[in-house]
Amino acid sequence: MDKKRVFWPMLAIVVALSLILSACAPAATPTPEKVIVTSVVEKQATVVVQATVVVKETVAPIVVTATPEPKPAGPNCGTDPVVLKATFETGFPVPQQLADEFTKQYPNVTWDISQDQFANLIASTPLVLASDNPPDLLRLPTMVSFAKDGLLMNLDGYAKAFGWDKWPVPQLNQNRIDANGVRGSGTLYAMGLNYSLTGVFYNKKLAQQIGMTEPPKTVAEFEDLLAKAKAAGLQPIMEWGSAKSGMGLAFPLQQLMAAYGPVGPINDWIFQKPGATIDTPTNLIAAQHLEQWIKNGYFPSDINAIEYTDAAARFGKGEGVFTFNGDWQNAPYDKDLPGNVGFFLMPPAEAGGKLAAMSAPLTFGIAAKAKHADCAAFFFNWVATNDMARQINVTGFGSNPGGPADATMPALAAGSVTNETLAAGPVMGADGGAMDFIANATSSIFAQGWTPELQKMVGGKQDAAGLLKAVQAEYERELAQQ
Amino acid sequence: MTVDNRPAALPVSRRTHINKRARREAFVGWLFVLPALLMYAVFVLVPLLLSILYSFNRWNGVGPMTWVGLNNYVTVFQFPNLIGSIFNAFWLIVWFSFIPVGLGLVTASVINRVATGRFGEIARTVVFLPYIIALVAAGIIWGWLFSLSGLVNQILEAIGLGAITRAWLGDFDWALSAVGIIGIWVLLGFCTVLLSTAMSKVDPALYESARIDGASWFAEFVAITVPLLKQEIGVCLTVTVIFALATFDIVYVATAGGPGNATMVPGLQIYILAFTQRNIGVASALAVMLMILVVVIILPIQRLNREESAQ
Repeated sequence: MDKKRVFWPMLAIVVALSLILSACAPAATPTPEKVIVTSVVEKQATVVVQATVVVKETVAPIVVTATPEPKPAGPNCGTDPVVLKATFETGFPVPQQLADEFTKQYPNVTWDISQDQFANLIASTPLVLASDNPPDLLRLPTMVSFAKDGLLMNLDGYAKAFGWDKWPVPQLNQNRIDANGVRGSGTLYAMGLNYSLTGVFYNKKLAQQIGMTEPPKTVAEFEDLLAKAKAAGLQPIMEWGSAKSGMGLAFPLQQLMAAYGPVGPINDWIFQKPGATIDTPTNLIAAQHLEQWIKNGYFPSDINAIEYTDAAARFGKGEGVFTFNGDWQNAPYDKDLPGNVGFFLMPPAEAGGKLAAMSAPLTFGIAAKAKHADCAAFFFNWVATNDMARQINVTGFGSNPGGPADATMPALAAGSVTNETLAAGPVMGADGGAMDFIANATSSIFAQGWTPELQKMVGGKQDAAGLLKAVQAEYERELAQQ
Repeated sequence: MTVDNRPAALPVSRRTHINKRARREAFVGWLFVLPALLMYAVFVLVPLLLSILYSFNRWNGVGPMTWVGLNNYVTVFQFPNLIGSIFNAFWLIVWFSFIPVGLGLVTASVINRVATGRFGEIARTVVFLPYIIALVAAGIIWGWLFSLSGLVNQILEAIGLGAITRAWLGDFDWALSAVGIIGIWVLLGFCTVLLSTAMSKVDPALYESARIDGASWFAEFVAITVPLLKQEIGVCLTVTVIFALATFDIVYVATAGGPGNATMVPGLQIYILAFTQRNIGVASALAVMLMILVVVIILPIQRLNREESAQ
């Protein structure tokens, strides 16, 4: 009898434990990719417990320290020894190399760096920011909620002091948040250490084989090439699509959206402007094209099970004439297919139309309670304007360093695909075609909206109209819960 | 016939003495349990109570917490995928519970009968190994095995079944069953070892007399092994059913709920809500409801088990 009495509460507790701790499984390695968001947390229970403590300690100070305006009087690192505390993302060596070079030039500055996977950063960043000893400089996995909670430093003063506000406009806009929590304009809360660009990569040899002599000028020309590749028995497009990596078809879909409609409404939707919708007539045309591509067999038949890294590797081994991806993949492509990878921006619907691309900053911010905010801001400015720093970004990693419009661009080895992505950046910028990624509209729109619905489309269980409706419904559901 | 050798009622004084001693022993016993109990309270009871508290609040993990009463529970019921993910968890009971327990019985019985001594130990170890391999590694390995060019499809092609090959974890009809097979692989060892240990406690005389009567392995299995192992089978079922309903890790490393939510389970949904969407309140509400669901499912299994053992 006693056993009975003890058993049920025990069982209930054990069950609860297994649920609460169910996320304690060791983290799967998320794909080393900038825009894709997959979440992994190592110690859920600990996080929750810590969080309660943190809240008690920090709610009041947050309100007080929210958006402090730094003094714009020539911020720098001074001459006294400074230890910059920083959080970087595992798998992205650019910030580390920039930090090393910075110390070479400013020996009084040393670093205390911690690193974590992007997905872990999503869970840990709010706690780190709210702690008493937050990093001066940190990789931001998302930013709106941190800014709303008063955890990030207002960078407007620094922007004025350093003249960032005179840089080409799109660079900073994605890092601005207005009073309603809408991104795209308002207060500056972050800077990019570099700026990624997406588009269509192609295997030059295979492209030649299907008679492509120059990049297509319209979607119709591109579709003609896809049909030729299919007819030639080649894999027309290599792309990934597993739920673990996040569905890669969001790349071609968004490119098609920008080909058939203006980028403004797409960005409005991503930045959560009130009333914004993804279910528009031009987006429907885009989704219908994607659906047709799927039906025509332009993507691998097993795409729903392909991981990001596998897709990149298979393209590197010559499987796939085209692949939709971003310039963060330049170095691996150059290595796998030396001199054999080309890049073009997704062509517009009509010849001569505007070019557009997803182009996101490698976002870094300064904690509201940072001890060396001036020095961190000085580092931001240095990264974009110092020749050595620009060199590290461009030749080392194929990334666009951004910065002032008249900044010099370091020279590159001939044959590197980076030449083509760097050349494409300003072309797209001149057309005002920079977009953030539709997968970043809310923190889980990718996991709960785009990925499952696009996977259903691959499986023939969802059509173009249904896709947009389902994602819009999920978007509204998530916003209502915020 | 047994003879009752127990002494008659003890004299009163001796009984008090024993009571005192027993109390002291009990006290010492509690002291021994105390460290574990403390850990249990800190890492189990407190998070459990906190989860229940969170489930009545709207909270993103950092900002202020607002009391919302039962709103989070209402939200959970409005989830478009809720029914589907619960159904998936029930389907996984077949793979994570019924098959491992059934197969475990057979395997344990075969090992006990055929492979005694060292070979039996080796067999048990081999079967148990998957249970201790890190699931993340297992997930990656199974991802390769089930891929379009993986070993599973290679074997199918070699035996002339090339027509049914597919990317198993990316297929709407088969992904959940493929996840189930990973579950069998993980849980079979646990069931086998537990049942095999129980079998070694069964009086060998029973088997001997059955064999003298000319009973086959199957007859022994049905008439002796299964009836005498009912309690252990009950334990196995309880543990594995809980595992199936509350599963997170196997699904997360194998498919992350894809394709198109075909393998979405409540455990994974809780995780996405809490750590991707940063909606701790709704996640906790779903966790509490899942806990209640699990208890409701486990209750009959336990009752059945107890009634049978009481008979």
